[in-house]
Amino acid sequence: MSLEVREVSVHHGPIRAINKISFDVQAGELVAMIGSNGAGKTSLLRALSGLNRSAEGSARWNGFELLHTKPEILVRHGVSHVSEGKSVIPELTVEDNLNLGALWRRDQSQAHRTRQSLLDHFPRLAERMKQSADTLSGGERQMLAICRAMMSQPELLLLDEPSLGLAPLIVAQIFETIRDLTTTMGLTVILVEQNAMSALKVADQGIVLNLGSIAAIGSAQSLIADPKVRAAYLGY
Amino acid sequence: MYQFINTIFIGITSGAIYSLMAIALVLVWRSTRVVNFAQAGMALLSTYIGYEFIQRFHSFWLALFLAMVAGAGIGALVDSIFMRTLFRRVAHGPIAGVAPIIATLGLLGLIRASLGLAVGNSDVSIRPPVSNVGYTISGHTLAFSPLKLVIVSAAVFLMIALSILFSKTNIGLSLRASAFSPEIARLAGVRVDRVRTLGWAIAGAAGAAAGMLQTPSGTGALSPDSLDFSLLLVFGFIAAVIGGLESLIGAVLGGVLLGLVLAFVLTYMSGSLVFITAFVLLIIVLLVRPQGIIGMNRGRRA
Amino acid sequence: MHKLKSTNLTRFLFFVLLGVALFFLGNRVDELRVYQGATLSMYVIAIASIILLTGYSGQVSLGHGALMAIGGYAAAITREHLGWPIWICFAVAVLVAALAGSVLGTAAARLSGPYLAGTTLALAVGLPSIANQFSILGGEQGLLFDVGAPPASMGADFTQYKWYFWIAALTALIVMWWLQNILRSRYGRTWRAVRGNEVAAELAGIHVGKSKTLAFTVSSGVAGLAGAVLAMTISTVSPSAFPLSLSFSLLTGAVLAGVSTLSGVIIGALTLVATPEIADAISRRLGSSENVTTNLPGLLVSALLIIVVLLVPNGPLEQLRSARARKAREATHQ
Repeated sequence: MSLEVREVSVHHGPIRAINKISFDVQAGELVAMIGSNGAGKTSLLRALSGLNRSAEGSARWNGFELLHTKPEILVRHGVSHVSEGKSVIPELTVEDNLNLGALWRRDQSQAHRTRQSLLDHFPRLAERMKQSADTLSGGERQMLAICRAMMSQPELLLLDEPSLGLAPLIVAQIFETIRDLTTTMGLTVILVEQNAMSALKVADQGIVLNLGSIAAIGSAQSLIADPKVRAAYLGY
Repeated sequence: MYQFINTIFIGITSGAIYSLMAIALVLVWRSTRVVNFAQAGMALLSTYIGYEFIQRFHSFWLALFLAMVAGAGIGALVDSIFMRTLFRRVAHGPIAGVAPIIATLGLLGLIRASLGLAVGNSDVSIRPPVSNVGYTISGHTLAFSPLKLVIVSAAVFLMIALSILFSKTNIGLSLRASAFSPEIARLAGVRVDRVRTLGWAIAGAAGAAAGMLQTPSGTGALSPDSLDFSLLLVFGFIAAVIGGLESLIGAVLGGVLLGLVLAFVLTYMSGSLVFITAFVLLIIVLLVRPQGIIGMNRGRRA
Repeated sequence: MHKLKSTNLTRFLFFVLLGVALFFLGNRVDELRVYQGATLSMYVIAIASIILLTGYSGQVSLGHGALMAIGGYAAAITREHLGWPIWICFAVAVLVAALAGSVLGTAAARLSGPYLAGTTLALAVGLPSIANQFSILGGEQGLLFDVGAPPASMGADFTQYKWYFWIAALTALIVMWWLQNILRSRYGRTWRAVRGNEVAAELAGIHVGKSKTLAFTVSSGVAGLAGAVLAMTISTVSPSAFPLSLSFSLLTGAVLAGVSTLSGVIIGALTLVATPEIADAISRRLGSSENVTTNLPGLLVSALLIIVVLLVPNGPLEQLRSARARKAREATHQ
């Protein structure tokens, strides 16, 4: 079980956002993908989740090709994506947002069990099931978005900047949750983050992107220790 | 006093029909961001199909059901073949913003002309399935007949069925999610393309019901260049706009409100003012309350 | 500055030459073609008014037939009740239609595509029924609109149709020349900017609402003029002269012409003039049953509209031009 990314390129018109990137992710790992604004992190993630289908190269999850596959099909193959910003539908209730993630399942009793175990984890959401998602705080929305993705019982979870616009304390909580989910559910997670230090602290592996290429890759500890990475991305 | 009550009856009956058309327009708008001007043509075609079934089975109710099935099929076909091609081919360029409008209008013309070619432009008539003679209360004949009762009940039944479908079922949840945020719905595994086609199909069925109910309650005459269907489209659109174009409940309220206003103008002022009133109402709503009577506070430029 | 003036002059000379050519052409073809020439000129004006609106300000109107009706009725009433000379009647048509357009345009400026389309469609559906209600508009029969016989100085064999053609063609030439100029002016650039990106235009200091209202007003005025010319060629104005299908036809003509440029106008107009003839020829071959004769023109126009929107959405001319430009680019690269 692994994700094999081989020579993936992404173009936006004449601009090359990602330039022939290759790397591997082992199952059960939490990988933090960091880099400055415009490094191509989101472009790569959107290519992996089928939102951008103009990518070149190959990215296989357990042998299944992710590139050029529609996101709604990827979900059925165990790949879920939480897109940038607060990826919930504000017009729907919390309950509906959650259920949305498992609509495609034929076996709704399975979905019911997943929902129950998620709600045990997140009592705050359980209390607010009938409220519209609009009324949630930023942190709660992000939790809801992650839970919605978890409702599909993914093996590979792609998270795009879950910390965006949240207070540091909440960010730490969310990253702890992600760490927790990875370990207890046996998930594989790619976490794209601007917030490099916090992300690396909870991650197993780290990938540093710069101008569409991999600038550094290795265990999260080794990246935190690397003076060049520290200077360029961690700010000290 | 009786005149007042009669006016309310007339308003509610015609309002119920406008509501059905408004529902059809809202469903398509929510799923595709297109105001489907071909809806009048689709309703006309479905009503003709219903007419054929009446000739064959001599049952209005069976024909109504079959016309709605046909309407759903037409809606699904139009979306999956026509609209999908359109969006693939005309994604950019100076005309991209208006192409869907032009295309649905072209479709309206195409359906009408083809229908005229196939069946001719002379009227056929759909007779009311039940009596259209008003109920009598202590010597006064009301403008409310068994037929009107049936129309209103059919419309209310359809609205309740639709609201259950939308609020209580998984299909309804996919429809709502795809309407509000297609991208998030897709990421959650909803096949948005199919859901959109389903939205068009339901709209086709609602439009067919509007056509089938309108015809016998009016003159009973049906022809490919019928002005009644153009007016049905225009009044349905106005009702949908009054309701905010996003909301099904708004569409129903908008339809009833429009029906009542027009009925009062008809009874107490003049028949010649009906259309002008509707048009002025549309302009006023657009200028004063563009988000509709129950609309959420959202811009109208999207 | 000097260059700008000279191009203006060449454009003016081009229109004058075109006029002279049309004048000689008008003397050489038979009566039916002369009459069709007048209709063609009417369509040129009407389609130009749509292109102005859709191509240059990104709005779409499904009710230009109604604005043409307003112009036609205004001209006819001025002629019948005041007996003013024909060119003043035309000017009144422009002014009245522009006034109606500015009212509609004020509402329109605040609306995006589908709302404006629906509102104008409502106008087109309802206007004929409104015309039936007021006695000054002459009800179902409508009003006579008689521009008078050609001046005697033209000679005895100068026919009425030729006179129509002269007036219509001259009007069309003046309108096209004037529109070319206005599109090259500050207003034209503003409209293009608004169509391209409303937000960016707003940030660049353009008053988007005002700009859209102005575009709608000018377009309505031109449509009103087309209505007056149409009324002249059929000598009457009545609700049935401005049916919903007229608005559809104009839209088809505009899409065929390519909404982003005025230069294709003639293609759209020629198609609209030719369609009834082609439909007639086909239906005669099919045995002229009533079903075919009534519905074939509408079928052709609608089918054409759909085919063009699906296959060559920017109009055949523009498609050809961009294909050629691409080829030229590729050639220089090699």
